[in-house]
Amino acid sequence: MEIFKQTNFDFLGKKWPFIFLSLALTAAGLVSLWVKGGPRYGIDFTGGALMDVNFIKRPPADQIRAALRKRVAGTVDVQEVTGSQEVLISTGTRNDRPAEQTDQVLQATRDNMITTLNAAFNPDSGGKLDINTATRTMLADRLRDPLAKAGAALSDDQIEQLAGAITSFRDTPPRSGLIRNLDDLSAAPGVTPQVRNVIKQQCVAGNFNIRSFEFVGPKIGADLRQQAINVVLIALGAMLVYIAFRFEWIYGVAAVIAVFHDTIITIGLFSLFNKPIDLTVIAALLTLVGYSMNDTIVTFDRIRENLRLQMRGSFSEIVNRSINQTLSRTVLTSGLTFLTALSLYLFGGQVLNGFSFALVVGIIVGTYSSIFIASPILIFWQDIAEGRKRRGPARPAVVESRTRNVAKPVKPVRAGSK
Amino acid sequence: MKRHLRFKFFLILAVVLICIYGVIGLPTSKAQLVTNWRKNIHLGLDLRGGSYLVVQVQQQDAFNAQAGVLTDRLKELLQKQNVTYSEAYVDEAKSLQDAMKAAIVVKGVPATQAGTFRGIVSDNLSQWILTPLNATDYRLTLRPSDALKTWQDVLTDTKNTLDRKINALGLSEATVQQRREDRDSELLVQLPDVDDPARIKQILQTTAKLELYDVKGGPYATREEALAQNGGVLPIGTKLIGTADINGKSGGIYLVSSTPVVRGPDIRDARAQQGQLPGRWDTGFVLSQDAARRFSTYTGSHIGQRLAILLDNKVLEAPVINGQISDSGVIEGAATQQEAADLALNLKAGSLPAGLVYEQEETVGPSLGADSIRDGFFAGIAGVLAVIVAMLIYYKRSGINATLALVLNALILIACLSYFDAVLTLPGIAGIILTIGMAVDSNVLIFERIREELRAGKAIVPAVDAGFSKAFLTIIDTHITTIVSCAILFLFGSGPVKGFAVTLVIGLAANVFTAVFVSKVIFDWELSGPKPVRALSI
Repeated sequence: MEIFKQTNFDFLGKKWPFIFLSLALTAAGLVSLWVKGGPRYGIDFTGGALMDVNFIKRPPADQIRAALRKRVAGTVDVQEVTGSQEVLISTGTRNDRPAEQTDQVLQATRDNMITTLNAAFNPDSGGKLDINTATRTMLADRLRDPLAKAGAALSDDQIEQLAGAITSFRDTPPRSGLIRNLDDLSAAPGVTPQVRNVIKQQCVAGNFNIRSFEFVGPKIGADLRQQAINVVLIALGAMLVYIAFRFEWIYGVAAVIAVFHDTIITIGLFSLFNKPIDLTVIAALLTLVGYSMNDTIVTFDRIRENLRLQMRGSFSEIVNRSINQTLSRTVLTSGLTFLTALSLYLFGGQVLNGFSFALVVGIIVGTYSSIFIASPILIFWQDIAEGRKRRGPARPAVVESRTRNVAKPVKPVRAGSK
Repeated sequence: MKRHLRFKFFLILAVVLICIYGVIGLPTSKAQLVTNWRKNIHLGLDLRGGSYLVVQVQQQDAFNAQAGVLTDRLKELLQKQNVTYSEAYVDEAKSLQDAMKAAIVVKGVPATQAGTFRGIVSDNLSQWILTPLNATDYRLTLRPSDALKTWQDVLTDTKNTLDRKINALGLSEATVQQRREDRDSELLVQLPDVDDPARIKQILQTTAKLELYDVKGGPYATREEALAQNGGVLPIGTKLIGTADINGKSGGIYLVSSTPVVRGPDIRDARAQQGQLPGRWDTGFVLSQDAARRFSTYTGSHIGQRLAILLDNKVLEAPVINGQISDSGVIEGAATQQEAADLALNLKAGSLPAGLVYEQEETVGPSLGADSIRDGFFAGIAGVLAVIVAMLIYYKRSGINATLALVLNALILIACLSYFDAVLTLPGIAGIILTIGMAVDSNVLIFERIREELRAGKAIVPAVDAGFSKAFLTIIDTHITTIVSCAILFLFGSGPVKGFAVTLVIGLAANVFTAVFVSKVIFDWELSGPKPVRALSI
């Protein structure tokens, strides 16, 4: 099966609408960033606390927000996770407070948040243990005496084991940490009707559990942010150097501009969709940088090869032909990689959501930028170089064979490069 | 030609076998296969559940304490040698950055006694630099080389104490590491499978410095009263210590001897025990032989006097000594059995030389970990299946070729993770999925090239050869560019980003082997059969 058989689309002739589209997208992203006062960083970079709470039945976000605002110092943000009953609660530090104070505030946050949520969204348990937030030790301690009284002769080890079996039963999918009804526990290993009755006397099934908790001090947050920016810039620089070494410096510049364009658009889209940028998103940005670079290099590689073959036509025609020759590969690879990224986005779960979103966006933008951004830059540069030459003997050192109307921005074949 | 092919085939077979062995070992049963798999594939905290903590060691505490001890000693020495001074105190370091600047200030030493004073300092505090502030006042600061040594000692000591606490908690797989090599003061604590991080954080953070002192006077309501009762000056070799607040009320201030009778390291064992009142819990401790001898002599000669029990520089209680005590004691007042047991654990582990502040915590509950494994696995399988189906449709029989290369790539990647003892994290899974994308790209590049060559009219064998050799250069360029960026990620990135970079680099290296070498061998094998191949299914 073949989709593209020796195509000859005039990509570069129609580049302007696409360049305008790029500019429009970039502008939209930048405006959104400007209006919102910079990217929305995750707590990795700002300092703060993030709690993932899974509800049996999720209360409205404003109710959660209102309950927490009263009790938690600092900013409170509540986001519903689509497609589940989960809620992400992040609390941030306020800039107007001294650093030591914010530290204390954050240290106390976890207990504070749990207590508040408990008071607001769980019915009064009457002193019973909430099985959905209990740890294994808590459960074992709670059941030890009542089980003995009920006549179940279990050693300490056996009770620990039982409690472990119950908590891991609770934590495995599809329950995902939530027991809806205490009767469901009958399916857990070791839970006899007698044990179940004791559990029902001693425990209740609360409305939520805490799936994860993350806390980053403001100092570490600032460190991580600086580190992330440095890493991205150094990585871009290193790739520029490598491409400049393998091709020509203008190829490196073109590739880096294209990749930069992808990054700006992706960050802009994160801002438009109000998604936070955290450490995993940085990893995704670097991935798409690598991916877009990959795409650009494949095209450039073809251009270089065609130039060596002394192909007929102007430089811009050669570039266009190279794009067409690699089009089948570009579309197929992008399509297949897009499939993997999409499956990650759809099925990869909440934790990978930001990561895969960046990839899904990045693959589309990255593919298109190698055709409509990186390649035109080469041609622009070629035009400028030729224009300069026509106007005067600016660079007599560059000897070019004009006889076959072939522009050669690439040095003659280097020893060892093929 | 044929012999070359056979050699290459055996090479590939060997790689496959080594990889399979690395992943599942040599299982004899299905259960053993699962155990080996679990043993070889290390899951990160984000997948198996657990806590990752960054603690900052408050070095200034240790530096201030060290200066404090030496100030007391200096005061005694000065008094012994009849050197007068108006005041001697510690100019405390207020923040971690200034920790090494903790200084001892001595004021009002008469100019006539300057020589004796200098002599005492240089004989007894040789690690300190004496700087005169004016004719009568002096400032002592720690020599930079000794300060650095103290800094490192405090970190090592803290790390060892945390290790002991973790062991006592039975967290066998937990680790404590220094965050970076250079002059910072942060420790990384990783606690796999922990379901109660709040309690463990509390235990790790507890300084647990237990000391028993001889009580010389008190309790007094205020510091001023204590001074007034003792004629305005504290007797030689004593100090004032506040009481731990109970229900928000302070129990007053005690005057105690400046050196303790028993110190934390003298404790040999400690455990929670039932209190005298029903439902109450105490923490009992047992002293080491040497300390027991000292303690027994001391209690024997101080019957009827009071003994102050200090925890973290606060008097917990000051009971009257009723008789000779040889080697054990009890700390009362725990609210629950857990609290008493935690204190016992902390006493046994020894005290921390400096306070700890948590700078970062990442806790993944077991249910989220289990869900992430399932989701990541499912997404991976779905992605791979989609790619394989698309390749089979698009490249027909050559798609099988690509699929084999892809599967082998994944196998090598997982085996490498196992052999390198690398940890598989969520970003790592993302790296694997990206590797699949790059692997597909290599295959597509090669196949498209072969098609082009066939279209240009070449015969099958030269077309395949040309396709591989022409695509090779592009593959090398794309892979090295990505590896360059991964190297940067690994060198300068942190935790999750590193895991991503490691899996991606391994995957890319494996891909050059599978997509270029293995795939070519399969093609050659197909084409070298007894019957000449008329049309390539691609």
